Amino acid sequence: MSLDKDTVKNIAYLARIRVDDEKLEPLAGELSSILDWIEQLQELDTDGVPPMASVAAMKLPQRKDVVTDGNCRDAVLKNAPDPEDGFYTVPKVVE
Amino acid sequence: MTKLTDLTIRGALDGLAAKEFSAAELAEAHIQAMEAGRDLNAFITETPEIALERARESDNRRAKGDALGAMDGVPIAMKDLFCTEGVLTTAASHILDGFTPPYESTVSANLRSAGAVMLGKANLDEFAMGSANITSYYGPVKNPWKATDGKDAGKDLVPGGSSGGSAAAVSGGMAVAATGTDTGGSIRQPASFCGIVGLKPTYGRCSRWGVIAFASSLDQAGPMTKTVEDAAIMLGAMAGHDPKDSTSAPMAVPDFAAALSGDVKGLKIGIPKEYRMDGMDPEIQALWDQGVNWLKAAGCEIKDVSLPHTKYALATYYIVAPAECSANLARYDGVRYGLRIPGDSLDDMYMNTRGEGFGHEVQRRILIGTYALSSGYYDAYYIKAQKVRTLIANDFKAAFEDVDVILTPTAPTPAFALGEKQEDPVAMYLNDVFTVPTSLAGLPGISVPAGLSKSGLPLGLQLIGRAFDEETLLRAAHAVELAAAFNHKPGREG
Repeated sequence: MSLDKDTVKNIAYLARIRVDDEKLEPLAGELSSILDWIEQLQELDTDGVPPMASVAAMKLPQRKDVVTDGNCRDAVLKNAPDPEDGFYTVPKVVE
Repeated sequence: MTKLTDLTIRGALDGLAAKEFSAAELAEAHIQAMEAGRDLNAFITETPEIALERARESDNRRAKGDALGAMDGVPIAMKDLFCTEGVLTTAASHILDGFTPPYESTVSANLRSAGAVMLGKANLDEFAMGSANITSYYGPVKNPWKATDGKDAGKDLVPGGSSGGSAAAVSGGMAVAATGTDTGGSIRQPASFCGIVGLKPTYGRCSRWGVIAFASSLDQAGPMTKTVEDAAIMLGAMAGHDPKDSTSAPMAVPDFAAALSGDVKGLKIGIPKEYRMDGMDPEIQALWDQGVNWLKAAGCEIKDVSLPHTKYALATYYIVAPAECSANLARYDGVRYGLRIPGDSLDDMYMNTRGEGFGHEVQRRILIGTYALSSGYYDAYYIKAQKVRTLIANDFKAAFEDVDVILTPTAPTPAFALGEKQEDPVAMYLNDVFTVPTSLAGLPGISVPAGLSKSGLPLGLQLIGRAFDEETLLRAAHAVELAAAFNHKPGREG
């Protein structure tokens, strides 16, 4: 499986990671070599094998749908890079 | 008297009980060793004030005759993947710049309740992604060991990864023990490279709450210690059901240390033929054979077992782990915590922040994961890998119908020189060839130092147990430890 520059550029956009144009080519090479190596899985017949969904053989527990936490706005915002008036901030998204 | 920085957990607890030294003196000795060992770069953040404060609290409890925890007064290093309240927590990534959690991870809180004294936050591969501790934003960790012979003689060596700072701290006498986390071998492989014991418990044994996530179906916290008995004591202090982690097992925590009876007569030990790989280092093979003979001499029954899908485990892992990592690391968006690199639009800000904040290996894995999960490729990669994972887990299930414990090498080589294997990701991934299958199956595994290579470096043997049967696993590991009588120390003084 060989990835070209444009595909890598698109994957990087999907992952929201800025990759400089001159780095796309070497990155495409690295990712292709990893995918080539992973290709060996295709030689295994897995028809009828269920995909593993859970490692531990146990039922997911459920709890009551009630508030267990809260009133900690300042603690939640404490690590925000640029909070304002008790809110997170982002660049303008609506014109 | 033994040097304070040579003490095991057991030795420290005995010495404290006999009033040979105080917890404050013990902490002080390790703080000095930590400072003297700064060239190894084992710690990202040192917390000497916290250590001394908690040590004095422990001394007060002891003086007043209060109830004591299982590790009361024992100084430990905390892998910097565990969130610690009020203490910088980085995951060795630029993207978590300045992140100071307002909460404490369950495992570190359990250890604190048990009286353990935190010396600092140990270095690691960025987001625990790596096998040599060279991907940390805070620089690589050096192994306290040096080769005495061969091509790497005298060179700086890697400590293994991702829990490389933890392993170097324990091996270098800078901490009595340390926490690690293991996703594909990140406790066991550095333990092998640094000549210490590393235990990855069964998936679900320790809570993942407050542990910065890499691959949630694989991540598991565990102890890194000088002896098997210490691993048993520390696992007991870390483990337990936690309602805040829905995959944490609702089971009582056994007295693991009590399982070390020394009696392994009749225990069935499996030797998987698929781990005997072409081109295997004869040294590693010889050590493995030695391990078989030790267990035989201790009265175990040795049986050949087959784990036919072993050769597909690494490729499976390098789909599953990146897929989960790409989802988990989506949260680093420059909005809620850590680094923010401004941009003209929201997308621009995301891309700038993540492009600058994540290192190269982390980016590579996010991209592989994003691709494997993207529309059109999901079935071919992710579902395929999860099917193979079922086959790998079934291999172990079948083997454990015949045997109680499986014995293998921990890693295909001893520690290698800093700078090696850096260019070729697949060559680096091969370090985890013996540890990854256990992780995919969620089983407990332990690395025990068993001998030295010709170049004078430690080599570990891995034992694998049934799910939630750490007791039998520890008992067998203890037998290997007794037979190996590994008492070598790294050349440098801690």
